[in-house]
Amino acid sequence: MCIYRLLLRLYPASFRAEYGEEMCAVFASRRRGENAFVLWATAIYDVVTNAVRVHLDVLRQDLRVTLNGLRRAPAFSLTAVGVAALGMGATTAAFTLLNHVLIRPLPFPHAEQLVALYQKELTHGTPRTEATPPNFEDWRALNKTFSAMGAYVPTQIPINLSGQGEPVQLDGNMASVDLFAILEVHPAVGRGFTIEDERDGAPAVVLISNGLATTLFGGAAGAVGATVRLNHQPYVVIGVMPSGFTFPSRETDVWMPLRGMTPESWANRRNHILNVVARLRPGVPVHQSRLDMELIAQQLELAYPKDNAGVGVEVLPLRDVMSPQSRTLVIAVFAAALCLMLIACTNLANLLFARATARRHEFALRVAIGAGSERLIRQMLTESAVLAVAGSTLGMLLAVLAIPLLTILVPAALPIGATPEMDWRVLGFAALLTLATSIAFGVGPALRFSRHADYTTLRVRASAGGRSDRLRAALVVAEVVGTMVLLVSTGLLLKAMWRVQAVDPGFRTDGVLTMRTSLPVFIPHASRRDFYTRVLTETRALPGVSSAAYISFLPMTFGAGNLPLTVPGVTMAEELRAHTRFITPGYFKTLGIPLIEGRDVSDQDHPTAQPVAVISQLLARRIWPGQLAIGRQMTMVGIDWTIVGVVGDVAVRGPEQASLPQTYFPSDQLPPSLGFYAPKDLVVRASGDPAALAPVVRRIIHGVNPEQAISDVRLLEDLVASQAASRRAQLTVLATFAAIAFLLAAVGIYGLLSFTVTTRTQEVGIRLALGAARRDVLMMFVSQGVLLGAAGIVVAIPLAYAAARGMTSLLFGVQPGDPLIYAAAALLALLMTLTGSLRPALHAASVDPAITIRTE
Amino acid sequence: MDDVAALLPLPPVTFHILLALADRDRHGYAIIQEVAERTGGELKLSAGTLYRSIHRMLEQGLVEEPRDRPAPEEDDERRRYYRITRFGIDTAKAEARRLEQLVKLARASGFARGKA
Repeated sequence: MCIYRLLLRLYPASFRAEYGEEMCAVFASRRRGENAFVLWATAIYDVVTNAVRVHLDVLRQDLRVTLNGLRRAPAFSLTAVGVAALGMGATTAAFTLLNHVLIRPLPFPHAEQLVALYQKELTHGTPRTEATPPNFEDWRALNKTFSAMGAYVPTQIPINLSGQGEPVQLDGNMASVDLFAILEVHPAVGRGFTIEDERDGAPAVVLISNGLATTLFGGAAGAVGATVRLNHQPYVVIGVMPSGFTFPSRETDVWMPLRGMTPESWANRRNHILNVVARLRPGVPVHQSRLDMELIAQQLELAYPKDNAGVGVEVLPLRDVMSPQSRTLVIAVFAAALCLMLIACTNLANLLFARATARRHEFALRVAIGAGSERLIRQMLTESAVLAVAGSTLGMLLAVLAIPLLTILVPAALPIGATPEMDWRVLGFAALLTLATSIAFGVGPALRFSRHADYTTLRVRASAGGRSDRLRAALVVAEVVGTMVLLVSTGLLLKAMWRVQAVDPGFRTDGVLTMRTSLPVFIPHASRRDFYTRVLTETRALPGVSSAAYISFLPMTFGAGNLPLTVPGVTMAEELRAHTRFITPGYFKTLGIPLIEGRDVSDQDHPTAQPVAVISQLLARRIWPGQLAIGRQMTMVGIDWTIVGVVGDVAVRGPEQASLPQTYFPSDQLPPSLGFYAPKDLVVRASGDPAALAPVVRRIIHGVNPEQAISDVRLLEDLVASQAASRRAQLTVLATFAAIAFLLAAVGIYGLLSFTVTTRTQEVGIRLALGAARRDVLMMFVSQGVLLGAAGIVVAIPLAYAAARGMTSLLFGVQPGDPLIYAAAALLALLMTLTGSLRPALHAASVDPAITIRTE
Repeated sequence: MDDVAALLPLPPVTFHILLALADRDRHGYAIIQEVAERTGGELKLSAGTLYRSIHRMLEQGLVEEPRDRPAPEEDDERRRYYRITRFGIDTAKAEARRLEQLVKLARASGFARGKA
């Protein structure tokens, strides 16, 4: 009998209370004269199946009651669903981003086995640099932990695709034969590379992306066998990669065999050029391969002490190839969203508390007519679940709308698509979130009110219980804490952005139009010179143009491109390197870079004239501190250059990274081995609107060479502004979160105080009748709100500091404890509590004592 | 819940319980026995099925718990008795008519014996 009673616990308590005894009695009557086994088997089956159905019946009934209830209180329902949707939308969108960037496996089979290998040269201060070809060959031959190792070289000269309409620029890569096999991705149509393709003199072949095949040939099928002209050379398309294949970055459209390097450069142990990718043998963990490579690096150090001293190997899972900033940023966005979610939940709990308090009478009545407290809890949980599900549905819609805005936060260094996708992880996360939310804000109120719902509440008019008030106050404090943390984070990032924008780039950004025209590397020097001269002469002759010039790479477009240099008679503690740029005369004037000493390069600096150089102030000070640099010599790429000028320093790598000193050489004196540095960026300073010049300059270039592709047409201002684009994006996201949090918390405080005021109207009436001043009543409620705000601020400060410490890498030197930011955030939080409490307090102060006392 | 048509067709168990309560009030176990007897042992209601049905029928107003108890000699004090309501009778009649109609149709098609 005891066992049967235990079984009955599967039923809802209310049902058990009603029919439990009866069912036991029936079971007892049955027990007489029945086979024990049959009896129990049927009893268990009977109880289990029917209990499930009764639960469903109850649920259906609760849902009906809930929906009716919510329909009767549209203001409450809409607020609750809206708050839930905001929280869940933000959190789901942030999780989608997190999932896309940090969690989802890369889109390759067995992606966890893929790693990237770099040379680690800590003595040079470079934790990661490209591998040199001989080191790569040695790594590949000696390792015991990788099943295959391949390499690729981004073709840093953009590809000039002509013959198919308007010339365009594409990002390309030269890939070793086995690269695609390592990734375990094969062309969707056509074939991949073979050893034959790598031989010098073999026919020029190319693999293209599905997107490019569609653009050029209307689809993959028509592309194979077609010829495309890249850099004025014909290439045969041998295959089309599957759609969605992005490697090494999502911008890559063209892959060519890795060839065309001279035997000398392939044997050069200081030629940092190869990006190495490898696949771990099945079951080999990354740390084991690190040990393996460590040993090989030591062997190579012993064998080649001149080139390989201090050269280690860095093995990094391919998933983690991104800057720590990108990672921190994504985590910060997610943490901020969670913070928002917490505030939203707190607000919902508060709303439900208020509603439950207002419905005390109804609950007490239901208990009085026999409803068990279990039924009340179920009813309230159903309500919170319905609100959570509605909120999450709406939230998912918000997330879908918000996700495209987050694409700018997806690091370009990863071989993943630009737009975060929703997948089963996101859906699962949203479902969990919904469940957690409905429990978080539903259970508290449900438990509290079921316990207190008894006959006494029927008699005593609802007056807010002290404990309940305290709990709600705690919830409001939590909201202030969350808001404060978000405000501080936003404030710190804002200050960081101001600092970044205040960095002097070293040139004048306004009034300059820029565009890129990449001439083929191998055209004769004379025709290159002719192109520059004609384009520049015609451009300078345009009305509204004050100057124009060409340079290898504009500042902030290419962080590398630096070469070592030596100075006869001067020994430096460490190797000197400088950003190397070739320019035409007038470059400094066009960009407004100050000429400090000497002269600009000139038309007289012919290929046969004495090689000359202009260097930046920093380099001059470093080599010849306190002395004149003009007329001195330095050696770079085996040429002795005479210094003829010193100019101001430029933030070549953008405002956030330290740049090397700069060296500038006349474009006419470009050594044949440095074809890569041939000027390709045109800069034009306008006296009027620079953007208006773009079509005319385009016409001039096409007049000189109709096949010339023109790309990256933009204002120098925009180029500099784009440096802060990801900062602006992260700031926008955080600021939006902070603003929503601010609003929610203000509403929370307003709600709490309005409720307190309502429940204490009688007390206020009596106080006023006894002669209390209205000002005192006002102050009483306002100070209550401010006190809550102050408590929240105090609790928030250490938390905000911890959060700020976590994102130090994003702060560009702003201290995580910057007192001004904390003060500003605290002030805002106080202002918020004041605003939230003012209206309810005013309402309390305007109570008419005669009326309130009479109604009681 | 007094719209008869909304409840039709009745689940067979509900119909049987209504039939068992047609002549007198009965408690749960008595209903089980009565149903078994009327169906010649064909339908043996389990306790779970019975009380789940009763629970719903109480909500629908098909049956009620009478305030007055049966005659003392028949009363088992631990037991709860159920009585068919006016609405219950109407519903049972409507269900019976519905079944009659069905049988008529079946006869017309030759699926059942008897006069169409």
